[in-house]
Amino acid sequence: MRGLPPLPARQGRDLLFMKEHWNTRKGTLLGISAIIATIILWQAVADLIVQNRFYLPSFTDVAGSFLDLVSRGTLLIDFEISLLHFAIGLGAALVTAVPLGVAMGWYRDFDRFINPIVEILRPVPPLAWIPFAIIWFGLTHESAGFVIFVGCFFPILINTYTGFKSVPRVFVEAGKVLGCTRDISLIRYIAFPSAIPSITAGIRIAMGVGWMCLVAAELFGAGGGKYGLGQKLWWYYNLHQTSNVVVYMLLLGLIGLVIDMVFRHYIEGRVERWRAGEVRT
Amino acid sequence: MSGVSISHVNRTFAKEGPESTVALEDISLEIADEEFVCLVGPSGCGKTTLLRIVAGLDAANSGTVTVDGETITGPDPKRGMVFQEYSLFPWRTVLGNIAFGLEMKGETREARTRIAEEYLDLVGLVQFRNAYPFELSGGMRQRVAIARALANNPDVLLMDEPFGALDAQTRNVMQQELLEIWEKTKKTIIFVTHSVDEAVFLADRIVVLSPRPGRICDNITVDLSRPRDRTSVEFAELRRHVLNLMQQCRLVR
Repeated sequence: MRGLPPLPARQGRDLLFMKEHWNTRKGTLLGISAIIATIILWQAVADLIVQNRFYLPSFTDVAGSFLDLVSRGTLLIDFEISLLHFAIGLGAALVTAVPLGVAMGWYRDFDRFINPIVEILRPVPPLAWIPFAIIWFGLTHESAGFVIFVGCFFPILINTYTGFKSVPRVFVEAGKVLGCTRDISLIRYIAFPSAIPSITAGIRIAMGVGWMCLVAAELFGAGGGKYGLGQKLWWYYNLHQTSNVVVYMLLLGLIGLVIDMVFRHYIEGRVERWRAGEVRT
Repeated sequence: MSGVSISHVNRTFAKEGPESTVALEDISLEIADEEFVCLVGPSGCGKTTLLRIVAGLDAANSGTVTVDGETITGPDPKRGMVFQEYSLFPWRTVLGNIAFGLEMKGETREARTRIAEEYLDLVGLVQFRNAYPFELSGGMRQRVAIARALANNPDVLLMDEPFGALDAQTRNVMQQELLEIWEKTKKTIIFVTHSVDEAVFLADRIVVLSPRPGRICDNITVDLSRPRDRTSVEFAELRRHVLNLMQQCRLVR
């Protein structure tokens, strides 16, 4: 075989660098062009084929509705109220599910005692709790928060539990021979830090589930029935203003994405510095 | 003043069914203060179990272990341990790992940092003080583990095949460094290994264990002067002697 003569080292490296650079740029360009293409297709289908704003509002309809809603100022209030519901639910789940998961993961008898109840309640879909959320808390922020709480509770519980169950034995033993012998110290200094990656993964899943529950809870009026992204989505549906519905749909998706990104950034930046060398699963 | 006295220790592990495994049978052993003792034997001979009993991580079915006349009932920072696997806490920096025992003792932050840095210097890893364990090589991790165990200033240092996972080159370097650390700190060391070469290079005394049931088969005092030359005739002779003993133990049982 008569190959090409090898490139001088420096030139080869520069070429490689340019190729990588081009690859990332190509990725971004491809992504953007896909979004543009979808918008054009959407506009074309809405304007030329469906020709019915109720069935399928076009991109320009939705953009117009968005500007209109922003100028009316209700979007921000809806956003704040929804965030409040979300915070109530997630906060309540964090302060209950983490300690319970810790206790179940660490104390074997407690695990055996409580596990059947958890396993019975866990498969109940969070939305099935809506009637009792309203009965117990009325049409308040707390009742919407309760539905989100149920959605967030089990992913956090299960992941905290698994995280504690899979603490390597050698860490516990190393802790013991170094003078960390009481259960409470072992939990605090060994098991909890070791389980943090699992717990944070649980919180991420919980936030996704909670965000879905938010829409449903508000839609049933659990959040007071006046403001909230999910509430407004349903409200505009009843008014047959579907372009507004699409605005709220897209906003819900976008905010969910942003929450996830902020959380991931925070976790990767602070809590998981020490995990940088591991293969992420 | 940290002699370890093991007397008539038995340990059986229950298995399913009527059978049970006798891991250790009537083990009696006296270890003097500042002595470096190696426990050697084939895998499954109970040498790790014996070490874990001395550490207080496992309990004997009968018999007692005392350090300075004090009976061992559970883990205690007076007996430091270096594990076979990587046991550094991955969420703590190198310095944080070494300072862990001091933190448990309730030392102030300043004292913790000062003492931890001393031991960091002892194992020659000062420039890695703020690194996380995943950034270190296998040899460096075990150095930190040694420093972490020593930072508590234990009476006895227990080592469970600490260099077993390292490559031959690093292993030799680590053995040399361990001897230097031992010279400086004058700890009583009980070192478990399955490598006869390692035992002959390190120990004042080699205790050979036989497998299932684990019994003390022989007790050899190593009177080679340090530093020892692995390639010398005496070294080779002693190694052959220990290997023969291990062979005989297996046949006799």
